[in-house]
Amino acid sequence: MVQKLTQWTETASQTAGPYVHIGCIPTFAGIEGVYPEDLGLSPISIAAKGQVITITGSLFDGTGWAIRDAMIESWQADGAGLYAGQVGADPNVSGFCRFAADKDTGEFILKTIKPGPVKNRDGKMMAPHISLWIVARGINIGLSTRVYFDDEDNSADPLLVRIEQGPRVDSLIAKKTAAWQYRFDIRLQGQGETVFLDL
Amino acid sequence: MSDHSSLMPRRREMHPEPYWTDYKTSLTRSPNLPLLSMESTVSEETGPRFGHNLLGSLDNNLILNYSQGKELAIGERIRVHGCVLDETGRGVPHTLVEIWQANAGGRYRHVKDTYFAPLDPNFGGCGRTITDENGFYEFMTIRPGAYPWPNRANDWRPMHIHFSIFGHAFGQRLISQMYFQGDPLIDLCPIAATVRDRSQLDALVAPLDIQQSRGMDYLAYKFDIVLRGRRQTMFENKPEGM
Ligand SMILES: [Fe+3]
Repeated sequence: MVQKLTQWTETASQTAGPYVHIGCIPTFAGIEGVYPEDLGLSPISIAAKGQVITITGSLFDGTGWAIRDAMIESWQADGAGLYAGQVGADPNVSGFCRFAADKDTGEFILKTIKPGPVKNRDGKMMAPHISLWIVARGINIGLSTRVYFDDEDNSADPLLVRIEQGPRVDSLIAKKTAAWQYRFDIRLQGQGETVFLDL
Repeated sequence: MSDHSSLMPRRREMHPEPYWTDYKTSLTRSPNLPLLSMESTVSEETGPRFGHNLLGSLDNNLILNYSQGKELAIGERIRVHGCVLDETGRGVPHTLVEIWQANAGGRYRHVKDTYFAPLDPNFGGCGRTITDENGFYEFMTIRPGAYPWPNRANDWRPMHIHFSIFGHAFGQRLISQMYFQGDPLIDLCPIAATVRDRSQLDALVAPLDIQQSRGMDYLAYKFDIVLRGRRQTMFENKPEGM
């Protein structure tokens, strides 16, 4: 016999189901008056330093249908590459946002500031990116991915260089459509499937 | 142990199968290709934090929060309480816990829920709280009803409460469901069945906690939640830039 490892196991995930909006963004779901406003309406306040950008996209299932019942959360650094809570971070950037697709068009919009490159623990720089976490009915464990930008130098990003199939890198890169506007579509399955992360 | 040490890798075998034949919606919403696995970075090791000033006094009381204290929701009164821990066994203090659920008849207050059980005019179905300095949390609510759902022709969800937990790092983010001890529908539910490890499924079932129940008032159920832990080390073995 040996000593027992006193190790707990992470609680198993379960799908967020079709009514995740009731719990996480109740006002959006039509349940008004319980909270003053939904959590994570914007990752920035007016005085945030940096370039304001808009990212528009859809979340497609394996049949190509833009799904309408997901909830997405984003987490990002400020314009200088610091996360809320880190020393010197911009107090006007919470970095956290919750959003959902429009029930008619299936499009989501994230309005934020462009994050700066982030220095990792090992000293390596990561190209500017926004982390996304996606939950919905039919997704049994939340899906993680990242949004990078096609007008940044992504060539040495330590995560992107790990993707073996060159063309798949594209699935993580938002495409500029106009000044400070980007398009980022997420494909859950099949042709052009987004690279999902296990970090 | 610094707040910036790496997260323990997720043990995916302890989580649901993403693609599960008996849960039809999962068939088109699960990636075909493998996840890209690597050590967590600062982007996953940091995360949003919420202060107690976020909360209203009724936020964790679903019996009262929809009517703002004026009327009681219908149903069996229950208290759900427990501890948010991490994989090292330590309580996770000051972290946001959000829940949502159906009413006592098994109906959600949602435009998409067309089940003909009646809506309760005094039940919204959402609540939230922040754990105390030891990781404890509690809610007052009513026991949600089981409900049928469109999957196979006769599928029913066991009574359950949806939980969303933040932890202190974005990589700890978790959504799960709490089931109730003794509910025979758990073993028939294709969503519960996505968790292949029996002890992991058992860990989603809250036992009746009669000691914490209160006579003539409520029954208590205890539901502890474990989030990913951080590797406990002061060593960074690689020189900068390697
Ligand atoms: Fe449910």
